[in-house]
This record gives sequence, structure tokens and C-alpha cells, in this order.
Amino acid sequence: MDISTILDLLVNALVAGILLGGFYAAVSIGISIAFGMLDIANISHPAMIMLGSFLAYWINDRWGLDPLLIMMLLSPLFGLMGMGIYRVYFNLFESREKDPRRGLAFFFGLLFVTDVALILIFGVDLRGVQAPYVDAMIEWGVVGIPLRLLIPFGIGLLLVVGIHLFLTRTYFGLAVAAVAQEPLGLRLMGVDPVRVKQMAFGLSVATAALGGAALIIIQPVEPSLGREYIGRVFAVCVLGGMGSMSGTLLAALLLGVAESLTSTFIGPSWSPAVAFGILLLTLGLRPAGLLGRR
Amino acid sequence: MARSNREFLLGLVLAGLLIFFGVKALGEGYYLLVAFYILQYVVLATAWNILGGYGGYVNFGSACFFAIGAYSTVFFNKALSIQQLKTLDLGLFTLGTAQLPYLLVPGAVMLGSLLAGLVGLGTGYLTLRLRGVFFSISTLALAVVAQTLVLNWSYVGGARGAYVMKPAQVAGFASTTEFVFCSMLVIALGAIWIARTVEHNKLGTGLQAIRDDEDSAECSGVPTLRLKLQATALSGALMGAAGSIFPFFVTYVDPIGAFNLVHTVNSIAMPLIGGMTHWSGPVVGAVLLGGVQQYFGSKNIITPELSLLFVGVLMMLFVAIAPNGILGLWNKIRSGSRS
Repeated sequence: MDISTILDLLVNALVAGILLGGFYAAVSIGISIAFGMLDIANISHPAMIMLGSFLAYWINDRWGLDPLLIMMLLSPLFGLMGMGIYRVYFNLFESREKDPRRGLAFFFGLLFVTDVALILIFGVDLRGVQAPYVDAMIEWGVVGIPLRLLIPFGIGLLLVVGIHLFLTRTYFGLAVAAVAQEPLGLRLMGVDPVRVKQMAFGLSVATAALGGAALIIIQPVEPSLGREYIGRVFAVCVLGGMGSMSGTLLAALLLGVAESLTSTFIGPSWSPAVAFGILLLTLGLRPAGLLGRR
Repeated sequence: MARSNREFLLGLVLAGLLIFFGVKALGEGYYLLVAFYILQYVVLATAWNILGGYGGYVNFGSACFFAIGAYSTVFFNKALSIQQLKTLDLGLFTLGTAQLPYLLVPGAVMLGSLLAGLVGLGTGYLTLRLRGVFFSISTLALAVVAQTLVLNWSYVGGARGAYVMKPAQVAGFASTTEFVFCSMLVIALGAIWIARTVEHNKLGTGLQAIRDDEDSAECSGVPTLRLKLQATALSGALMGAAGSIFPFFVTYVDPIGAFNLVHTVNSIAMPLIGGMTHWSGPVVGAVLLGGVQQYFGSKNIITPELSLLFVGVLMMLFVAIAPNGILGLWNKIRSGSRS
């Protein structure tokens, strides 16, 4: 390989990595809310993303609706589902004795049951969506930008900016930030922390519908793909610094670039290992993350 | 304590003999298979419970530790070209084909458990200083990274998988399968013995203190990090031991089978359903849940996916309604009828 080929590869890998990173922000932001702010280790989040992907596939396949439109329709439903899940979680675990094992086992059960249900209904074949932009590409000098990457990148960016504004500019968003820091104080101010957490958890699950639709625009999916995303979403959440929205975006972009470079220069089959490396290094060296408060 | 320990050991040996000759009397094929898988789950569930049940730290990487054991057997089988080995001259005496398995299988178990224990130690060292949930998430991701490693490693078969030949014959056993089964039986009984010993010694009581209140334990002088690391390594090593026997039984290992999430789910569901505070809980859970899965699986009554769905739902039900498992329910009934 001569130097200009390497440079071309590098530029393309960087661009693809940044685009991929935006998408990782879209799938991780739900975890940054649930785990980072509300302290609920929802390990079933990737399974919810897969559910979103498969519902997008099913509706697209049956009625030919655009995945982006499906995503808009699905996210309120996912929000309601999330609020329901939080109710169950709160009543059974959070309100009772503090044994974190049971909450973890509950979410692990949810992950596993969703996984198996998807396999039972859709099988293990790859499923994709039809849309005009799935195969389109923007050429720009040596850099080629596929639309199927650009659109999820846009979704991720909009989500991060939107949720950041929501958390800093609205009364309810400030209440979510408050419940993350001092639930008792919130109660003393006359706000019900449980209701705030329920709404915030609903928001977190609602983003899984967007992430799922974005995922199936990028690539065809099969149920076990969700497992790769467990490492990714938690690596982004921890590296970004639990619950920091700008940190989530920064960490997602870093992960995207790191994976893209690994995939270009070492081999695509190694990229699932990158997230775990980042997760372990962050936990071992700097548990507060890049932009963490603590 | 010493005397009851001896009695317990005697009981284990008797139980082992009973199981071995019972399965033999029932005829080799089907029951041996069922019993092997149940024993495998006894090991996995008991091992998980040492850290998860006593210490309160949830390990989602059982499948990973199991696969490390399985792949260490594959690796050393190939690296030492054991397939071609006919006799081994040890100077004083020579081991023939029929005696070699007595050296090879325990050797594989030792290597598998050593490797798995080291991986547990390493992961624990990086993550066990933080809250338990970080350890849990790391073990979940650990399985993905180890699978990536194996998929990319063509020496141990990559995605295609690898074959491991069974020893042709074993002195003193009717068949090789019987010998492999017997090895798993010994490991299972050993795991139970270790779990019971841990329960009563310094490690176990320390872990229980950590589970109840880690900060108080630390302040009272319990070396929390050291105990957690010991438990993680021990639990990982036992899972690795179960995994290292697996290739000899099925003779074919591939990443999907070895890293299957089913191992993880079962090794968590079984202690949860059986009861996590006593060594017998995981055993009860493994026998019941493993038996039900094997029964449904072999009779083709329901598909494997449906039986897994059943395990998942049952686990969630127990977590929600009966957090102390069957043992907890049993104790409640007993104390209820007494009063």
C-alpha cells in the first residue's frame, strides 16, 4: 500500500467512524438517561432496540411505510411501554429492600425473553428495510458518504441536542436532573420522584425505538445482534461520564472512529471487541469517564 | 465442624456412587446424556452461586468462562497433538492408550479452570473496586469479546468449530463416554463440596457480610476486594472446569454452542429458583430446571426456544414473587406448620 491509498483509507475510515459514532449516540442515549441519571441498569435496552428494529421491518414489509415515519409512530408506544416497565420495576424491586441482584436479574430476564421471543416470531434470518435512501450514496472527492449512515447520524445528533435542551431548558427536564442528584430533596419540594423517574425511563425506552429504526436502516438485523450493543451502549455511557449528554456524544463519536479504524486496518470481525476494551479501560483507569461529574 | 465435614464428604461419595451405578443400570444412552447435562448445570449453578449467591455480585459471563474451559481443551489437544499420542513414556513406567485419559482429562480440567480463573481475576481486578453493577455489565460484554477472539482464531477452528477426538478406550470403564461422565460427576461433587466449605469458612462469611452491607463490612475490617477477587476466580475456575470436560463429551465445539447465552441464563436462573443462600439451592434448581429442559427437549414436545422462554419467564417470576427460591418457600412452609 502506498501512502496516498493509506490516506484515502484513513479519511474514509474517519468519516465513516464519525457517522457511525452519531448512530451510537442514538442507541446509547437511552442508557445514559436510565443508567447514568436514574441509576437503573437497564441491560435489556439493546433488546428493546432490536424490538424496534424488527417492528420497523415488519411494518415496512407489510405496509411499505418509510422507516423514519415508523420510528416516529413507534417511539410514543415505546415510551408507554417503558413507563409500564418502570412501574413493575419500582413496585417489585426499587421500593423494597436494596438488593441490586434482583433488579439486574429482572432486566436480564427481560433481555433474554425479548431475545427468544424475537427468534420465535421472526427466526434467525437477516431482515432489512426498503427505502429509497438505503442504497444511495453522496460522492465527495475520495470520500463516499452512504445515506444509510448519514441518516442515523442525523437522528443521533438531533436526539442528543433535543434531549440536552429538554433536560436543561424545561421544568420537567430539570426535575429529571434533580432526581438524579437528590431524590429526597425533590420530594421535599413537593415533586413526586417516582413519577419523574417513570417519565424519564419512558423517554429512555422511547429512544430505543429511534435507535432500532436507525439500526435497521444501517444494516439488516437478526435477533442476536443486540448482544454486541450491550458492550457498546455501556461503554459509551461510562466513557462519556454517567448521564452527561455531551459526554455521551463525544464518547459515541470516539467509539465510532475507533471501531471504524479497527475495521479498516485490522479487520471488520474485530470491531465488536473495541467497545469492551474501552469499557474495561475506562472502569479500570477513569471510572468517572471523560465528562463525568465525579 | 470437622466431623460433620467428614460425614458430608461420605454422603457425597455415596451419592456419587448411587448416581453412577444408577445411570449405568438404566442403560447407557439417553439417561447418561440427561444426567451429564444436569451435572454440568450443577457445576455452573454452584459456581455462579459462590459469587452471586453468597457475595451478591451478579456474573453474566458464565457462558464465557465455560467456553474458555472448552476452548482450552481444544487448544491443548491440538497444540500437544494429543490425537496422535499413543503411549507416554514417563521413565519409571509407560502409559498405554487405555491409561492415558487418566492423565489427559484431569490435565485438561486443570488447564481450563486455571485459564478461566485467571480471566475472572483479571476482569474482577479492573471492575470489582466499583459498584457491583459495573462488574455485571463487564461480564456481559466479556462474553462478546471472548467470542470475537475465538471467531478470529482459526487455530481453534474459528467460526467453523473444531473436533476433539474422544480417547479410544479407558481402562476400567465400559466406554469412554462413561469415563467422561464420571469425570463430570467428580467435578460436580467437588464443586458442591467447595461451595459448602466456602459457605462456612472465612471467605463465605466475609462474602455474606459484603452482600448484606459492603461499606460496613469494609469498615469492620473485612478485606472486601481480596475476598471478592478470590470468589470471582474460584467461581470462574469451576465454570471453566465444567467447560473443559464438554469437548470430550460432544467431540465438537463451535463458538455458538460454547458461548451460548443458554449457559448464562441457566446458571443464573437455577440458583435463583433453587435458593441462593445455601449450597443445596443451586443443586435443587439445576436438577429441576435442567431435568425439565432435557425432558421437553428430548421428547420434542416443545421447541428448544420455547423451553428457553419458559426458563426466562420462570426466572422473572421467581425474582418477582419468591426471591429466596424453592428453599425459601420450603423454609416458610416448615416454620409455618410448626407454629
